Amino acid sequence: MYEFITGFMFWLSLGVCLAGMLIRTVLYFRGLAWNLDRVAYKAYPKDGFNGAMRSIYKWLLPFGTHGWRKQPFMTVIFFCFHIGAVIVPLFLVAHNLFLEKKTGLSLFTINNSVADFLTWLVVASAILIVLRRIALPEVRIMTTWYDYLIILISVLPFITGLMARYEVGNYNFWLLAHILSGEILLLAIPFTKLSHVFLFFASRAQLGMDYGIKRGGLKGTKMAW
Amino acid sequence: MPEGIFCNKKPVETEEELTALLGDTSGTQYYKEMKELDVDSKLLWTTIQNTCKSRIRTWLEICAHCGMCADSCFLYLVNDRDPKQVPAYKIQSTLGEIVKRKGKVDNEFMRMAMETAWAKCTCCNRCGMYCPHGIDMGIMFGYLRGLLYQQGFVPWEMKIGAGMHRVYRAQMDVSEEEFVETFQWMVEEYEDDYVGLTVPVDVENADIMYTVNAREVKHYPEDLAEAAILFHAAGENWTIPSKGWELTSLAMFAGDWAACKMQVESVYEAMERLKPKRMIGTECGHAHRATVVEGPYWAGRKDGRPPVESIHYIEWLAEALREGKLKIDPSKRIKQPVTLQDSCNYVRNHGLRETAREIVSYIVEPGYFRDMSPRKEHNFCCGGGGGFNGIGLFRPQRNKGLITKRDQIIATGAELVLAPCHNCWDAIRDLEEEYEIGIKWSFLKPLVISMLELPDHMKPEE
Ligand code: SF4
Ligand code: SF4
Repeated sequence: MYEFITGFMFWLSLGVCLAGMLIRTVLYFRGLAWNLDRVAYKAYPKDGFNGAMRSIYKWLLPFGTHGWRKQPFMTVIFFCFHIGAVIVPLFLVAHNLFLEKKTGLSLFTINNSVADFLTWLVVASAILIVLRRIALPEVRIMTTWYDYLIILISVLPFITGLMARYEVGNYNFWLLAHILSGEILLLAIPFTKLSHVFLFFASRAQLGMDYGIKRGGLKGTKMAW
Repeated sequence: MPEGIFCNKKPVETEEELTALLGDTSGTQYYKEMKELDVDSKLLWTTIQNTCKSRIRTWLEICAHCGMCADSCFLYLVNDRDPKQVPAYKIQSTLGEIVKRKGKVDNEFMRMAMETAWAKCTCCNRCGMYCPHGIDMGIMFGYLRGLLYQQGFVPWEMKIGAGMHRVYRAQMDVSEEEFVETFQWMVEEYEDDYVGLTVPVDVENADIMYTVNAREVKHYPEDLAEAAILFHAAGENWTIPSKGWELTSLAMFAGDWAACKMQVESVYEAMERLKPKRMIGTECGHAHRATVVEGPYWAGRKDGRPPVESIHYIEWLAEALREGKLKIDPSKRIKQPVTLQDSCNYVRNHGLRETAREIVSYIVEPGYFRDMSPRKEHNFCCGGGGGFNGIGLFRPQRNKGLITKRDQIIATGAELVLAPCHNCWDAIRDLEEEYEIGIKWSFLKPLVISMLELPDHMKPEE
C-alpha cells in the first residue's frame, strides 16, 4: 500500500497536475480572441506585457490594491492561508527528503518550527474563511457545497500532516492519509476550481493586458489597482 | 405564441417597423408579448460555443464566491446590501446558469436575466477592479446583453435605440439633412454675438472632424453652436461630416453587435472620406467608448484604433487651454464649490483620469474645487449608465441607483457639478429633480464660453 501510493500514485498525481496545468494554461492563452475580447493583444505586446505584470504584481502584495485595503480582515486570512499553503508543501524538510529520494532533486527548505507555525496558520485561516462564508450574507448567497469541498480538499493535507506530525493515534494511518489527501489535491488542481492556482495568473494577466492596451494603457495611464 | 409582432428575435430594420414599435406606448404590448416569447435554446448554445471563449469561461469557472466584489457595486450598496445585488451572484445566476444548462432555459428565466442585465448592472466595470481574480462582471453583462438581444429579451427602448442606429445611423430619428441644417441654423443664431461663426461641412483634410450626440441635434442644439464657438475662438481648422456624424451607440447598450458595427463604420467611413488629422467627439462618455474604444473591434480593426486619431472633447479642451488657444478671463472663473463627475466610460475605461482635472485648474478659482470620494477610475457610476437612464420599465430601480451619486455629491458640499458626459449629465439632472438637493450641473462648453476672452475678430461691433 505505502509503496503504491508513494510510487505509482505519486508519479501519476504529480504528472497529471503538472501536465494539466501546462495544457490548460496554453489553452487559456490560445482561447483569447482579440476580436471577441476586444483587446488588441498582439498589436501591442509590450504594453500588454507590462499591464499583465502590474496587474499580477499589485494583487500579490498584501494591501497592495484598493480591493485588499477595502477588506482588511479578508486580506489577512487570505494571505495567511495562501502563504502557508504555498510555502509548506514546497519547502518542508520532510517533503524535500522524500523528493530527493524519488528524484535526486530537492528545493530550499524551511525550519520545522516555521513549518509548524505556517501549517497551523493555514488551518486556522481556513476555519475563519469558512466562518466568513457562513456569517456574511453576501458570501453565503453564492456558497455551494462545491465551495466547501474545495476548501476541504485544500486543507485535508494540512490537517492530516499535523496529525502525523504530533503522532496523534496511529502515525502510519495519518501518514498514509496525508499522502493520499495530498495526491487528491494534486489531481484536483487541473480539473476543479483549484485551477485558480495557475489560472489566477492567467486571468489577472488578461485584465492587465486589457487595461494596459485598451483601457488607458496606450494613453500612458497606469491603472490604480 | 412564439414570436410577437413587436417583441421578437428580429431587429428593427425599417422606418415603418420603427414607427410601429414606437406607437406601442411604453411597450405595453411589447412586454405582454415578451411573456410568450420562445427561447431558441439551440441558437443560444451555438452562439455561446462560438463566442464564449477562455476569458469568460475561466471567469465563470474560477470565481471563488468570495464576495470581495460586493462593496464595489453601487447597486449593491444602495439597495441595502441585498445579497442578490452582489456582482458575482448576479452574473453567476444568469450567464453562469445559461452556460451550465447549455442554453436550456425558459422564458421566465430569460426575463429575469433581462432585468438583471439592464436593471442590476450598468456595465460600469467597477467590480472588475476589486476582484482578486480580475473578473470583470461589467464585461460579462455586456456579453449577456448580446445573448438576450439575440433572443428578443431586451427592454423596449433598447430595441428601439438599436433600430434607430440601423435605420438612421443615429440614436434618434435625425437625418443627415436635419443634422447639417440644425447645425447651420444654430450657428446663424449665434452669428451676431460671435462674428464670423460658421460650420464647415464635409471639408477634406481638416485638422478636426467633429462628431456629436443626436440628442444635441434634437434637444440641445445650442450645444452645437457652443462647439462651433470654441473651435472658432481657438482658431481651429475643423469640419463636420454630413454623413457619419453620430458618435453614440445605443446599440452597444442593447447588445446589438451587428448594429454597433454598422454605426461605427459610418463614422469611420467619414474619417476615410474626409481624411481629417483627428476626430473629436462631443462631451459624451458612452459615445466615446463606442466609437473610439470598442468600435475598432466591431469594425474588425486589428490595431484596436479608429482610422484616424480620435480623442474626447475634454482632451481637446485641455489642450486648447494649455496651449493658450483658448484664453480664460481669470475674473470670470467659477467661484462656488464645484465638483466633477468622472465618467466610467472614458475615465475607468480609457484612462482619462487627469484630463478634466487639468481643465478644472484653468476654469475654477483655486480653492473651490471639491473632489468626490471615491474618484478618478474608482468613481461610482452616475447611476444611469449602460442605458439605465432610458428604460421606463426600470425607472424605479434607476431612481434608487441615483442615491449613490446624490450622496457623493452632497458629501463634497458642491453647488455645481461638472458633467462632461451626456449620460452622467442626465442622471444628475434626474437626481436633482427626484431628490432636490439644490445643485446645478453643466457640460464644460457653456462654462468655458461664459469665461472666454474672445479674440478681437469674433467680437461684435458695438
Ligand atoms: S471578488 Fe471575484 S472571485 Fe470573489 S466573488 Fe467576486 S467575482 Fe468571484
Ligand atoms: S459593472 Fe458596475 S453595476 Fe455592473 S455589477 Fe459591476 S459594479 Fe455593479
